[in-house]
Amino acid sequence: MQTSVQLPTDPAVQYLLRIGDTCLILGQRLGEWCGHAPIIEEDIALTNVALDLIGQARGVLTLAGQRCAPALDEDQLAFLRDERDYRNPTIAELPRGDFAFTVLRNAMLSTWLKLLWERLRDSGDAELSGIAGKALKEARYHQQHAADWVVRLGDGTEESRRRIEAAMAQLWPYVAELFDDDAVEAAAEASGLGPPASSLREPWLAEMAEILGEVHLPMPKQGNFRSTGKQGVHSEHMGYILAEMQFLQRAYPGGAW
Amino acid sequence: MVNATVEATRVERAWAALDAVPDPEVPVLSVRDLGIVRDVLDHGDTIEVVLTPTYSGCPATEVIEQSVREAIDGAGLGPARVTLQRAPAWSTDWISEDGKRKLRDYGIAPPGPVKAGGAQPVRIVGRRADAVACPRCGSPRTERLAAFGATACKALYRCIACREPFEHFKPI
Repeated sequence: MQTSVQLPTDPAVQYLLRIGDTCLILGQRLGEWCGHAPIIEEDIALTNVALDLIGQARGVLTLAGQRCAPALDEDQLAFLRDERDYRNPTIAELPRGDFAFTVLRNAMLSTWLKLLWERLRDSGDAELSGIAGKALKEARYHQQHAADWVVRLGDGTEESRRRIEAAMAQLWPYVAELFDDDAVEAAAEASGLGPPASSLREPWLAEMAEILGEVHLPMPKQGNFRSTGKQGVHSEHMGYILAEMQFLQRAYPGGAW
Repeated sequence: MVNATVEATRVERAWAALDAVPDPEVPVLSVRDLGIVRDVLDHGDTIEVVLTPTYSGCPATEVIEQSVREAIDGAGLGPARVTLQRAPAWSTDWISEDGKRKLRDYGIAPPGPVKAGGAQPVRIVGRRADAVACPRCGSPRTERLAAFGATACKALYRCIACREPFEHFKPI
């Protein structure tokens, strides 16, 4: 059994992991659709988006690993961390659900990532800025595609409408965490690494309102529930997705092809 | 007259060698046509080729790095070293005019110019995607069938005039 890597408490590493892990875990979830999507075009679309996300994750995890001592590579970070050391917001790890759930989550997270990459182009870290410039072009296209589907389902049949409304009710409680500030976000802002989470809330709401407004899909009220994936305290679903992702590297340490 | 002006320099020979390195997923294009070779530097004992990735997750990137090293070594200029540079981000505007013509001849509609992003916060396009001329018959009456295609860089279209499906290299 391969032992887990240890992470430093450096807030910059935590900040980078929140971004990189969102891409990694959402990419893994979208990969689950391979061979299962309702039509072949979407099978291809979801796995293409997954591929972009994994590529983005590789860049950001590599960067996070360089800031660890001793340095860790992208694979060690992706496959050899314990659950509590993953920093993605909980929304990314929720099971893929039905197609409506998947496209609505994609619309929410691609909008969030797009706004984040836009800001990260101005990061004081030149490497992160470079990753952001590339990822932004991809996130725009992902957002456009997901928004198309939200509109199509929201304006489709009674069944598609029922499903997109159900997806909204399930996903909305997990949105608030995306914009929660803490010491990690404050440190990123102070050092010029990236914007604090809260600064993305207003532009995110404005873009989501534009998408949802097309089909008069209301945003639910924010309740008291708060997810805590960014702190490493995940939902019960996280262990299962990690078990699947990590099996090979844990059973055959250093395995490569 | 100095020798360098008569005989091609090592850097010039390296660029020429890169003309023969195809994109593994769109083999009609060389890596130079694609505009992903950012620089070629001669360090005396090694040639450094600076590449920029097309898409973050493009699986062809590693194959291209390998082919570039082999081409430089094959031209007797090696050993070659490949470095990746992300910024500024690659754009389809960097595909050469010759490259765009090769794409069209190959049956892939080349990308149009990239529009300045951000003017419109969210674009909801559906099938009302950008007009793309059919690479076979030239008709502008085409429709998008799928936003994603066989590779990260392409989308699937159909020509309404000649009824042929075709791929479109997406502008990014």
